[in-house]
Amino acid sequence: MNGHTAGPLFTWATILSVAITAVAGDVLTAGAMRRLGDLDLIRAKSGLMGAIKAVVSSPMFLLGVLCMALSFFTLLLTLSHVDVSLAAPASASLTFIGNAFAAKFFLHENVDRRRWFAAIFVCIGVALLAN
Amino acid sequence: MKHRLSLQRYLVLLAVMLTASVGDTLLSHGMTQVGPISLHNIGMLFVALRNPWVITGILCLLGFFASYLSALSWADLTFVLPATAFGYVVVALLSRFWLHEQISIYRWLGIVLIVCGVGFVANGPSLTEHAPHPGADIDPLIANTPEPNA
Repeated sequence: MNGHTAGPLFTWATILSVAITAVAGDVLTAGAMRRLGDLDLIRAKSGLMGAIKAVVSSPMFLLGVLCMALSFFTLLLTLSHVDVSLAAPASASLTFIGNAFAAKFFLHENVDRRRWFAAIFVCIGVALLAN
Repeated sequence: MKHRLSLQRYLVLLAVMLTASVGDTLLSHGMTQVGPISLHNIGMLFVALRNPWVITGILCLLGFFASYLSALSWADLTFVLPATAFGYVVVALLSRFWLHEQISIYRWLGIVLIVCGVGFVANGPSLTEHAPHPGADIDPLIANTPEPNA
């Protein structure tokens, strides 16, 4: 146990920050990849370097990576105060549900019943797995 | 048009599953060695970057990132994400059958739920077909696809 220094407010504020920045990062990178199109085709046309160049020159991708980096360091910060058995599944579960909403509203993905059930099942499953 | 994936693409999804959970496990092990970091000694984060477990974990996560981006370029976010959760199942099963750790009934339930979730999504189309008219939100071809039992 190393969670004795963190109060519930700090604990949940950091977990929520991890989840929000992770969702923002996932949606921005997914949106950037959707705009770029199939990477296999780009690689076939202009090689691996061409594919890497196409990815890293997308501002949307860079913003997404910034959010992911922010999420990563927030997670490191959280893990040093909050038990990993709480912080990791809680932030992962929130990220799964958040991503299903964000993919529907920002990426206009067809989140049908099947995918909603998947998001909810995975969310609960991840939480249970850490018990 | 049905989006069926080739073997190579399933291998990329497999890499997405495995590298993320292995990388996270390595990072978690490394960070317990580094110890608590607070806002007052934020520089400790850079000390953490010199820990070999943390370095190996980050290399694993870089491999994850490459395969994840590749997957996102030909599949929906809501299709790829459940695959990442499957990695947790792999780690739990490895700890059961390789390290002979006990798995509680809750964990087995969690494993079953994640496997079901991944099964639901894997049976569906991997990419949203966007209708030519912006008004049509749901593609009827996809919405009416009969659901195979997962």
